[in-house]
Amino acid sequence: MAIGVAVGLMSVPAAAGDFIIMQSTTSTQNSGLLDAILPLFTAKTRTEVRVVAVGTGQAIKNAANCDGDVLLVHAKDDEEAFVAEGGGVKRFDVMYNDFVIVGPQRDPAKIAGRDVERALRMIAEAEAPFASRGDESGTHKKERALWRDAGVDPVAASGAWYRETGSGMGATINIAVGMDAYTLADRATWIAHENKAGLRVLVEGDDRLFNQYGVILVSPERCPSVKAERGQAFIDWLLGEGQAAIAAYRVGGQQLFFPNAAGSM
Amino acid sequence: MHDLTNAFAETFGLLVSLDADLLEIVGLSLWVSGLAVLIAGLIGVPLGALVAIARFPGRWAIVVLLNAMMGLPPVVVGLAVYLLLSRAGPLGPLGILYTPTAMVIAQAILVLPIVAALSRQTIEDMKLEYEDQLRVFGMGPRGMVSTLIWDARYSLMTALLAGFGRAVAEVGAVIIVGGNINHVTRVMTTTIALETSKGNLAFAMALGLVLVTIVTAVNALVFSLRHTATRSAYA
Amino acid sequence: MLDRGNTSVAGRPIADLAFEEARPEVRPVVGQNIRIARDGRLLLDVDELVVSGSGMTVLMGPNGAGKSLLLRCLANLVAPDSGTITWGGCQPDRARAARLGFVFQRPVLLRRSARANIRHALRAAGVSRGEAAERADQALAAARLSHLSRMPARRLSGGEQQRLALARAMALRPECLFLDEPTVNLDPASVAAIEATIIAAGRSGTKVLFVTHDSAQARRIATDILFMHDGQILERGEAARFFDAPGTAAARAFLAGDLVGEPGPEHRVRTA
Repeated sequence: MAIGVAVGLMSVPAAAGDFIIMQSTTSTQNSGLLDAILPLFTAKTRTEVRVVAVGTGQAIKNAANCDGDVLLVHAKDDEEAFVAEGGGVKRFDVMYNDFVIVGPQRDPAKIAGRDVERALRMIAEAEAPFASRGDESGTHKKERALWRDAGVDPVAASGAWYRETGSGMGATINIAVGMDAYTLADRATWIAHENKAGLRVLVEGDDRLFNQYGVILVSPERCPSVKAERGQAFIDWLLGEGQAAIAAYRVGGQQLFFPNAAGSM
Repeated sequence: MHDLTNAFAETFGLLVSLDADLLEIVGLSLWVSGLAVLIAGLIGVPLGALVAIARFPGRWAIVVLLNAMMGLPPVVVGLAVYLLLSRAGPLGPLGILYTPTAMVIAQAILVLPIVAALSRQTIEDMKLEYEDQLRVFGMGPRGMVSTLIWDARYSLMTALLAGFGRAVAEVGAVIIVGGNINHVTRVMTTTIALETSKGNLAFAMALGLVLVTIVTAVNALVFSLRHTATRSAYA
Repeated sequence: MLDRGNTSVAGRPIADLAFEEARPEVRPVVGQNIRIARDGRLLLDVDELVVSGSGMTVLMGPNGAGKSLLLRCLANLVAPDSGTITWGGCQPDRARAARLGFVFQRPVLLRRSARANIRHALRAAGVSRGEAAERADQALAAARLSHLSRMPARRLSGGEQQRLALARAMALRPECLFLDEPTVNLDPASVAAIEATIIAAGRSGTKVLFVTHDSAQARRIATDILFMHDGQILERGEAARFFDAPGTAAARAFLAGDLVGEPGPEHRVRTA
């Protein structure tokens, strides 16, 4: 009965044309990219894109539950596994940016300008505080892979100098600010973040810090509720016209994402 | 501190200048939490009254359970409702995940135990005073429940208010089942969480102050109603 | 004031007439072998009591004699440890409860206006909305409370509150009216108004059972007396005979204003 009442009463303000739901990551939303480019698509197609911004792990999980039409995330291995399992139709490269290691101005572990592996080893040796997302997000997966390559198992020091926040990128930066810690951040979120306080970029430009975003249409065979036509239209737009919009988005004069869809380069 | 003052002035300026986005967010917050409390009240008050006047084995267990459920973590409620409403869940075909309806359901579940437990306490206290008189009138359980609910109406408003305060201030449940979608399911608390994660701390704090101001205003309204009632010896 | 009998029945609306006829009888109220004990002490021990007919029976005795407890047992508010209560030959039930009025020592008024208090009691007894409003106004007028009709009931003075509680009980046109020390701590004018109302009720066909420990009040209003002491009914009979020649030492001591039940002459000091 209660649900009936709620559905009846709520249907009025909620009804607003056609829409698709996109499961995406906090970095695309917090950086302001989606707010900048989605209205262009909506204006053209009269299809609203409703964004649920969570960590990549949760976004894929939600999509696997059929709670979305399109997936835009950044963890290529997991994305390919999702498609291979039949959860998604096909994966396309959309854009990239890169990760950076940020840390306190005074840089206690002296990592500024080093390559990534060396920098991480020095942080571990100095036992300098490091804030990890710890939330199975794309950034977190990337960070773990980097530690593995550096031959360090930071989880052994969890609770000591290695601190798993279990939070989004922005929240983790806030925490790093609060305890003068190093952290791995995607450049887009970092640039758009307003509360940088005493932190600055210390390591960047390393090939291994590459951050690729991919887009997937959730499988309409697995999930009959998926709006395949509109979802595909959005993906087509993102890989075509949308590429220029991505390139045009800037914060403080800096480009945050670099389009690299096949055929558009 | 200077930052904060500025941000608050700016946010409040947006509010009084009827900034459409901000008003939409504030309006949705009040609408969702208000509707959730209404539904929780329609179920919780009679439920509390029934537990208050009924005598059956195991009643104490229900009282303990209701009181314990007052502390339900919002995120757990959110997760449970998500699993229920997800396309993969039993109520998936309704297609109401990531809509205000889902948020109302989650908050109603969150608030229901609070309203029911406080109603039971209020009505049980009043029953001590009224019971003999109502039995002399030849009233049955149904008549007693309706009489007690009406006569406890001003005290019950406090229970509803407690529920509203909890609903409008929680973020854990609505962010999971609503998804914090701009212009669709974004409410004050999820906006605060989002702005905080963007590092926009002063704006987030200012929004928090707006939330506190609104909750205070609602409390003041109910308080003045109760005050009038007390003067009439109705409360 | 409270007219009963053929003339007034003829004047009532048809619906009300049908309603009155459908109402089951509560008289006689009968208690048999009623026992209540607490902590090894026998609080109530009454072999048989029949409340029937009309008129004013005063249940009197010292404090702690068990008067209120007996009254509450008969009204089905307290279940005795053993024994049976019957109303009109049947088990007490809700349909009959409305025919038994009860006025408590401290009036229990609802958090509503004076008029709404009476109307709600009538509605609970199944009286139609319009009829209830009409009868509420009549009851207020009869109790000379019309000017307070819209006042919150709980804002009335103590005496007004008790008069309202009585007016509410009378509005239900009870066959039996039980009153449990209703005038304790009230001003003399209110006491007089309440006594006048119930004497009139007793004369016009209602059976009144009135509990008091005030022997002066009992002399003023009683037609019959039940005298209780230590949970037992020691004497029952016509009021005049009882006051002239009480049959037991306890009753004689009580009427003399002594502290009944306190053994030993050293306690028997405070006489009126």
